[in-house]
Amino acid sequence: MLRTWRQRVTLTDLFVWSIGIFIGIMLIVGFYRAFFVPPYNAKYSYYTWADLIVKGLALGGVYALIAMGYTLVYGILRMINFAHSEVFMSGPFTAVFLANWLAKAGYYEKYPFLCLILVALLSMAVSMTIAILLERIAYRPLRTAPRLVPLITAIGASFFLIYTFRGLYGSGMFAYPSIPALDGSWTLFGVFELYKTQVVVIAFAVIMMMILFYIVQKTKIGKAMRAVSEDKEAAALMGIDVDRIIVFTFALGGISAGAAGVLYALQFPIVNAFMGFVPGLKAFTAAVLGGIGSVPGAFLGAMILGVLESLGPNLFLDPLNIPNPAQLKDGIAFLILVFILIFRPSGILGERGTQTKV
Amino acid sequence: MSKRLFAIVSVLVLASFILAACGPSTPAYTCTDKIGCVTIKPGEPVHIAYGLVVAGPNETLGIDSRNGIEIAIADAGGKILGHDIKFDGQDTGCSAETGQAAATKLAADPTIIGVVGTSCSSEARVGMPLMSKAGFVVVSPSNTAVDLTEAGNANNYPGYLRTAHNDKVQGAKAAEYAYNVLGIRKAATINDGSIYADGLQKVFAENFKKLGGTITAQSAVDPNQTDMSSVLADIAAGSPELIYLPIFQPAGPFIILQAPKTPGLETVKLMGADGLFSPDVVTAAGDSIEGFKVSSPLVTGAAYDAFVQKYTTKFGKAPISIFHAHAYDAFNMIKAGIEKVAVQQADGTLIIPRQALRDALYATKDFQGLTGVLGCTPTGDCANPVIGIYEYHKGQYPPTLIFPTQ
Amino acid sequence: MQTKPSDWKISLQFGAIGGAVSILLSLVGMVVAFDQRYIIANGLTFGQITLFAPVVLTSYLAIKKIGSPLKGRTISWGAAAGAIGGTLLAILVALGNLINLRAMFINATPELYNIITLGVPLPMGLIVPIVSCTILGVAMAGLYLLSPRWRSTILQASAWVFLFGLLRDLIMTVLARWGAFSSIISWMFALNGMTILGAFLLFAFVGFFAYRNYGRKSNDSWVNKLPPRQQKAVRWGTIFAIVIVALLLPRILGIFFSEILDNVGIYILMGLGLNIVVGFAGLLDLGYVAFYAIGAYSIAVLTSPEIGFAHLTFWQALPIALIMAVLAGVILGLPVLRLRGDYLAIVTLGFGEIIRLLALSDWLRPFLGGTQGIQQIAQPQIGNFVFNTQESLYYLILLFIAIAGFVAWRLKDSHVGRSWMALREDEDVAQAMGINTVLTKLLAFGTGAFFSGLAGTLFAAKLGSSYPSSFNFFVSINVLSLIIVGGMGSIPGVFVGALVLIGAPEVLREFSDFRFLFYGAVLVTMMLFRPEGLWPEARRKLELHDEAPPETEPQTAVITPGV
Repeated sequence: MLRTWRQRVTLTDLFVWSIGIFIGIMLIVGFYRAFFVPPYNAKYSYYTWADLIVKGLALGGVYALIAMGYTLVYGILRMINFAHSEVFMSGPFTAVFLANWLAKAGYYEKYPFLCLILVALLSMAVSMTIAILLERIAYRPLRTAPRLVPLITAIGASFFLIYTFRGLYGSGMFAYPSIPALDGSWTLFGVFELYKTQVVVIAFAVIMMMILFYIVQKTKIGKAMRAVSEDKEAAALMGIDVDRIIVFTFALGGISAGAAGVLYALQFPIVNAFMGFVPGLKAFTAAVLGGIGSVPGAFLGAMILGVLESLGPNLFLDPLNIPNPAQLKDGIAFLILVFILIFRPSGILGERGTQTKV
Repeated sequence: MSKRLFAIVSVLVLASFILAACGPSTPAYTCTDKIGCVTIKPGEPVHIAYGLVVAGPNETLGIDSRNGIEIAIADAGGKILGHDIKFDGQDTGCSAETGQAAATKLAADPTIIGVVGTSCSSEARVGMPLMSKAGFVVVSPSNTAVDLTEAGNANNYPGYLRTAHNDKVQGAKAAEYAYNVLGIRKAATINDGSIYADGLQKVFAENFKKLGGTITAQSAVDPNQTDMSSVLADIAAGSPELIYLPIFQPAGPFIILQAPKTPGLETVKLMGADGLFSPDVVTAAGDSIEGFKVSSPLVTGAAYDAFVQKYTTKFGKAPISIFHAHAYDAFNMIKAGIEKVAVQQADGTLIIPRQALRDALYATKDFQGLTGVLGCTPTGDCANPVIGIYEYHKGQYPPTLIFPTQ
Repeated sequence: MQTKPSDWKISLQFGAIGGAVSILLSLVGMVVAFDQRYIIANGLTFGQITLFAPVVLTSYLAIKKIGSPLKGRTISWGAAAGAIGGTLLAILVALGNLINLRAMFINATPELYNIITLGVPLPMGLIVPIVSCTILGVAMAGLYLLSPRWRSTILQASAWVFLFGLLRDLIMTVLARWGAFSSIISWMFALNGMTILGAFLLFAFVGFFAYRNYGRKSNDSWVNKLPPRQQKAVRWGTIFAIVIVALLLPRILGIFFSEILDNVGIYILMGLGLNIVVGFAGLLDLGYVAFYAIGAYSIAVLTSPEIGFAHLTFWQALPIALIMAVLAGVILGLPVLRLRGDYLAIVTLGFGEIIRLLALSDWLRPFLGGTQGIQQIAQPQIGNFVFNTQESLYYLILLFIAIAGFVAWRLKDSHVGRSWMALREDEDVAQAMGINTVLTKLLAFGTGAFFSGLAGTLFAAKLGSSYPSSFNFFVSINVLSLIIVGGMGSIPGVFVGALVLIGAPEVLREFSDFRFLFYGAVLVTMMLFRPEGLWPEARRKLELHDEAPPETEPQTAVITPGV
């Protein structure tokens, strides 16, 4: 028994494990200090922690919807749709014009929810179109190419889309008008202050996730999707139109990304052509964290990531005397990505044990 | 491509290259100026170039300045001393390497007499060695970093002047206003990592502390950051009364939007600098803009109003930032300098001695510009800085001037 | 005669796609931006070419796909494809004049409409794009119907005229450096673009040679007909000539182009490194900029008096910087050994971003200068001569490229190189064959990091300062694009890719605004149509195009009696 253990663990594993343990210890120290060691434990009030958690959950909702696109496409095609962050960007970036037009015409005040739904529908439609176009033009001809080729194509497509949209709409500032009906907050138990936008975001995200889960698990087309992701050839032999299913998958991913875009815009109203890059990467991290290929996994991973990212700088880094920890916030997500892929590539809800050839 | 054709062409090209490398370069015109002279024959244009950021995410800054120069050229009738003005330039990209590339291209052109540029201080630091060596004058409409005109500083090069104010002035004014007028005793600053913002917040902090106030935090955000909750929570822990954010968009509007929603910062006052003096801020920040203050160079007067009128007619919209006026003045300063030192020959040839032009510019005094009466120090600071504090109201641009009251 | 309905459908489909792409190019702003540049003075502008090129291209492809020998039909299909494309453009102009498209699409300006209608005022102007595109479609049909010889002639001649008009500035600048030759050619060029006479003569000149040489294979070239000894002399002669030109280039081209060459050179260095990681070993590293940053920052920290740790000279700090870069490559490589393909790419991307964030952070400001960067970096110095001009740096960069290129070339054919290629083809098989994948991968990362670190040190020396904003993801994408375009795994391809992708936006200034759009499109198109690149490595071409190895004759057993 011992001999096989020593055979399996190499020097590189030890090296990586030691770094992991070191970082883990630092995190625990930071956490401990934040709550039990003065002066750190007096710095932030419970209101602040609660607020940060809620903000994290709202962010997580957005990441979850974007992660859907990554996880579904990876499940079917075993490729990372690098350009999905641009699918996410295209929706809200286009819908901002509609939103501003509606606001100028006064509909935002008279029918706020109707306007919101219209804007969301446009965003979802645009994102879906971009996703389908991507699949048709860039990915379908390369389905049998060696691994590197579709990946590079995806990167190229991502850049192309960013700069195309930037060329179309310009590099100025575009902002979503605020919705008067969603201003303000509710106070829960006298502690939590939930802003209406945050509630809408979280609720919408949960609802959409449930709808998507239902589609994938309970409908016939969902079954076809799962069949294609298991084994493409066998599914084709069973009479499933593989191309159509793939298009459907991309469309589904596009729709959820478009919805995510509107939710993101509700919280951070300024949109531009580059807004998709970082959230896309984080959503991918969330998908991997939760277990790529799994819909509930994407949701779980996204929520965890959102909360960790929100709390991280103040909870872990600040007590370690790192000045300006907020600058390293994005680094938290990247670090999680790196560590998940190194230590547990199948994610939280993924299958364990298989020599995952990721 | 047919090989034979290719071979013939490449042999020809090769031969010409070898000839070129051995051949003589254009002979220089003998003149008594220390650096050299530019000869402009009758019919040839006077070449004034720009080195501004006219493309990319910061393009509004450079485009705005360039527009100001174009109006100045139109006001001059398109000519200096009877010669047409040739106006073109390079995009400097607001970063060191692009600034160097642009400076190299400008320095490579021996017909350039003066450059209005650069837009960003990082470009100037890297580009000035090249441009200074090239011999022409460089007048910046928007560099604000202190070291560029500090005597004895390695980054202070001969031939460099600026019509924009120094960071030292704006930061100090903001601190004074906060302490004396608003009565703030605890403040925090946020910068976005740019040299401009970092410099300004440092000056603000120094002056604020000197006046007797306390700085609770000096934080930083990434310029493209959207979620400000961590940094705001960090600042909230110190309970400041004012947050000074001399940053740009979109980070500024995000903070304006998110600060009132952060526990502990619901009633905190926010103040920015001229990076947030723009109509886009009003659209972006929506209702939260109410009460947001900015400091900015104070440019008023009938001449300026006429200028704005011309700008709006020519370009279809109101000026975007404030530096167009500085660019207008920069161009006119160069023009005045040329008119003073140029030697006109009988046949209409113009000879402009470079060092004399530089000296004339450094000696500028009582120059009536849009931004005020300009006078240059020996190290190149020409601005007559009057900083005003403005306040935004919902849906209204430009913000109203609240200090100094007129 | 009954035409199959699908033929019309093809021509209409293709024409519609052409029109849509034209509209896209217009709305993105390329047409107006490129309109400043004339290919033929007072005549054809680059903007017009950009506008009509998609329609032209798709018409030709449609005709080619239909592939009918009937002249009348072909012409009508070409016309149809063109007409549809033109109609779409006309619709855009009409729409733009009815509603204010500019509120959403900032490039839908009156100037654009003017270009589309070729200056003819509305409402007659609406007919112009339809008519012109139809004519172009018919022209494409004509092109298709010509014999291949004429077709190749016309295409080559047009290409040369186009290039000359496009590169007019470059050519004129070089010519302006010396008097005698310039007068010979300067009548060919007007203030902007070529003169009509010049274009015509060039067209005729190139066309003549193209026509004559059509069909002649390169093997027939006069060089190969010489006896072997003289052949060798010619080959050595060309190499010698290239070396001489390379050495004289800064003198010939001046400071403006030396700057461009310096930048191209630094990217060539990085490209050579990434070529090893991606091209030889097949490991897609998207965080390549991290090593670049480490090289630059090592030099900065060690030589700048601002940080104050050490005040070494450039040459003293160089080996330390390179060692740091290699170490970083190994450290980065260790955790990702088990990852492949997509995941490897994303993790390396994450690493690159982490390094950038660390360089930017206030936490490490006392060591790395934070957002203000580090200035006063020592520049390389030999005796009293300081390498601080573009020209002198060019020679230093050239030297390093020569060394790096040589190393890469020798590595390729070495044992290590072959291990890398085995790894690239199939990792499991390679491991089964006894190759130590751990060591091989780490060597790849390390070597790549070495080159990148070297490029970083030169970058820092050239700028004299280093700012964290210079080390972003775009740099990695730049390098990746240029090795893809040049050809993954191909060393001359790196040079080609760098010249095209880094040099072109500098020379054609309008391009730089659309630089990354162009990069993205180029990456996608190359992957779709020519994944082995412009100057491919032979094996790669086989691998990617699934060419079957030449048929081997079945070996008949020869039984020699009695042996």
